[in-house]
Amino acid sequence: MITDPGLFLNTVVAGLLLGGFYTAVALGLSIAFGQLDIVNIAHPAFIIIGSYFAYLFGSQYGFDPVLTGIAMTPVFFVLGIVVYRVYYASFERTGQESLSGLAFFFGLMFIIEVTLILIYGVDYRLVPAPYIGVNWKIGVVDVPLRMAIPFAVSMLMTIGLFFYLSKTFIGRAILAVSQDRQALQLMGADPVKIKQVAFGLALATASIAGALLIIIGPVEPSINREYIGRAFAIVVLGGMGSITGTVLAAFILGIAESFILTYASPSWAPAVAFGILLFTLAVRPSGILGRQS
Amino acid sequence: MRLGGFWGLMAAALVAGLAFATLTNNEYYFTAAYAILQALVMAIAWNILGGFTGYVNFGSAGFFALGAYATVALHKFLPSIGFAPPLVVYVLAGAVVCGLIGLATGYLTLRLRGVYFAIATLALAIVFQTFMNNWGYVGAAKGTSILTPDPPQFLWGYVSFSSYVKYLFVVMLLLALTAIVISRYIANSKFGRGLAAIRDDEVAAECMGVPTLRLKLISAAVMGALMGVAGAPYPFFATFVDPQSAFSLVIAVNSIAMPMIGGTAYWYGPVVGALLLGTAQEAISVTISSELNVFLVGVVLVACVILAPRGLVGFVNDMRAKAKGRG
Amino acid sequence: MAEHILSVKALTKRFGGFVALDSVDLQLGEGERLGLIGPNGSGKTTMINCISGALFSDQGTITFKGADITRLPAHRRTHRGIVRSFQIPRPFRTMTILQNLMVPMEYAAAQGGGDLETEARDILDIVGFRGRASENSGRLTQVDMRKLELARALAAKPQLLISDEAMAGLSSSEVDEILDILFKLNGRGVAVIMIEHIMRAVFRFSQRVVVLDAGRRIAEGTPAQIVKDPLVERAYLGV
Repeated sequence: MITDPGLFLNTVVAGLLLGGFYTAVALGLSIAFGQLDIVNIAHPAFIIIGSYFAYLFGSQYGFDPVLTGIAMTPVFFVLGIVVYRVYYASFERTGQESLSGLAFFFGLMFIIEVTLILIYGVDYRLVPAPYIGVNWKIGVVDVPLRMAIPFAVSMLMTIGLFFYLSKTFIGRAILAVSQDRQALQLMGADPVKIKQVAFGLALATASIAGALLIIIGPVEPSINREYIGRAFAIVVLGGMGSITGTVLAAFILGIAESFILTYASPSWAPAVAFGILLFTLAVRPSGILGRQS
Repeated sequence: MRLGGFWGLMAAALVAGLAFATLTNNEYYFTAAYAILQALVMAIAWNILGGFTGYVNFGSAGFFALGAYATVALHKFLPSIGFAPPLVVYVLAGAVVCGLIGLATGYLTLRLRGVYFAIATLALAIVFQTFMNNWGYVGAAKGTSILTPDPPQFLWGYVSFSSYVKYLFVVMLLLALTAIVISRYIANSKFGRGLAAIRDDEVAAECMGVPTLRLKLISAAVMGALMGVAGAPYPFFATFVDPQSAFSLVIAVNSIAMPMIGGTAYWYGPVVGALLLGTAQEAISVTISSELNVFLVGVVLVACVILAPRGLVGFVNDMRAKAKGRG
Repeated sequence: MAEHILSVKALTKRFGGFVALDSVDLQLGEGERLGLIGPNGSGKTTMINCISGALFSDQGTITFKGADITRLPAHRRTHRGIVRSFQIPRPFRTMTILQNLMVPMEYAAAQGGGDLETEARDILDIVGFRGRASENSGRLTQVDMRKLELARALAAKPQLLISDEAMAGLSSSEVDEILDILFKLNGRGVAVIMIEHIMRAVFRFSQRVVVLDAGRRIAEGTPAQIVKDPLVERAYLGV
């Protein structure tokens, strides 16, 4: 079976498409954790909120999930600012970050998951869209649109974010704030305001990632926990502080999972991310492209 | 708390519990009390690694589930070779199995810095769940049912129980009191001082001669064993075990929220937190709704972490110190 | 020739491309008082991190009391008698002063039993903390924290104490208090390596001084000799 070139190629392509989607998932965490050192374990939970918004507008009004995801980004951006301000006032300012901050986000994750269960129950939810269920065939390779569209949207979002961070003043300030607070202050920018915008951006990506998630497959509230391992594995493997590293690592994880899915068994998929995470932390904690902290 | 006072309190709690068991037959009370005592053992377990040693662990409830699954597996295996052991055997098995797994996973994760350690433990719990989801012998994702046994008799029939739940309550009461005794003993021992040194400043501890890795591993093993002890009787209590319920997020958050609310630096912090939060949860479940109760745990945890990071006990101590300063 | 209690040969440590220590030698006699000085970035802290075990060196050997300890973990070196105090004090903040002492006593010095408290109070007397045993260590003044650092080091029953800038930022009388404690220590037979920038303390205390600059050893001698050494002057003044 391993020698079947058609299957092999399909697995690789599936892995690439998956990796593209995983980029969207990890991007927000790459900003929050990789750049700002904020351990937002609740990030996947916010993504699930995004999924449920897509479900809500998709099932009630027939809105396309991608449109919902994009339309809701301002809401998520503001939410990010609010969450960051609470986090800053309670932890960052007093210097108690690590453990209490973790517990804070853990509690948030829990509240989000439970609230969603209260409202929607534990059943899987789908969103109807014309491209779900459509398969393109390029030669011997299957390209399901429900994977290809998220891949494309995710890549667009990543490129957009990349340009924003490297070309605009605020974007570059965000990259700078992780490295040198003082220089930033001397330049006349308020580090707290910059971090606030950064965190808002991070959550805004969750809106879109959530919409993409529910296109790829059905969603229920506890899925967020599966993605915690994946998101952190990607950010750590890619290297803290490097968006390019995150993208690279997302593809690596996507391909790894794809191979386990095809050649082993789907129920082992969650363990792949964990294995990668542990391995990276043991062997090269700074990741592929990370800065030495 | 001085030694005499402590043992007096333990004895009083034991007597009160046993009197309660003799005086009433209301199944609900024993069910509720069992749940609270189980949470207490888990809170104490978490606090050994999380509070005493300072390694906050988000996946420790996974050991509770492993203890439950150890019982499920043994309960299927032992009768097939002719054994029908009493509950205490399952509890011991849970302690040993989960203690060893705690040691092994500790070896994998305890070299990591605080934040990475916490994330690794969370992912670890998911891996355990994945294993259980795939293990057909214990029912995989569909789970297993366990028939409620007959309540046992001891001392030639002199000691008997009107229902199995009552028996479970007494067992869990004994386990809880044992856990409290162990926790207090650790807190006041050389081992406990070493753990506190690691928590306060790991580098300085190492330079003061504390073998930090070894102590952290022992701490993880004890945590695992106590969690396993809490989980071992669970299948007999719930009569149905599947990964979804055993690895439930509520159980996980409770075992963190209770010590944090009570105060992680003290051995009695988790006790305070478990009793308060546990009773509040039962009360809310009964009077309003069980979903609201679950939601409230999360809110209380977040509020506590923001407003009283050293827990209730820490808060009270701070107030006392301030008053003393003024007086 | 007297046996050296500590013998460091060709110690080298790199951080990426930066060479912090370049083949440095150091010998210390039993009960000797050695001053280790040099401008900022000369490698003094790296040196003592390697000796105490906080870092592992890349090349070279470290021998203590005749045994090779180059690859020994830090807590084992403490058991053998190498104890260091930290530049920025690192007390165990949730514990009392007494409990801070009990940790090294129980772990480094492997002491047990009832005489722990008496010994501890003895040490508290030496540093001037009489009657303050049950005070919480989290809220001490700067000089008190330095004293606690030394008290803790004492409690570990050292044969070699490395004092890392214990006097930085202290007033003149506070410097004398710390020096006093170090002299008392040395009087009990403990060898001391003192790293300091306060020259009058170094010269008053040291029998011998070693000077590092840019990771290399550039001078060694009595305080009187070092003061006159043109190499040392150049290192400090950058001329």
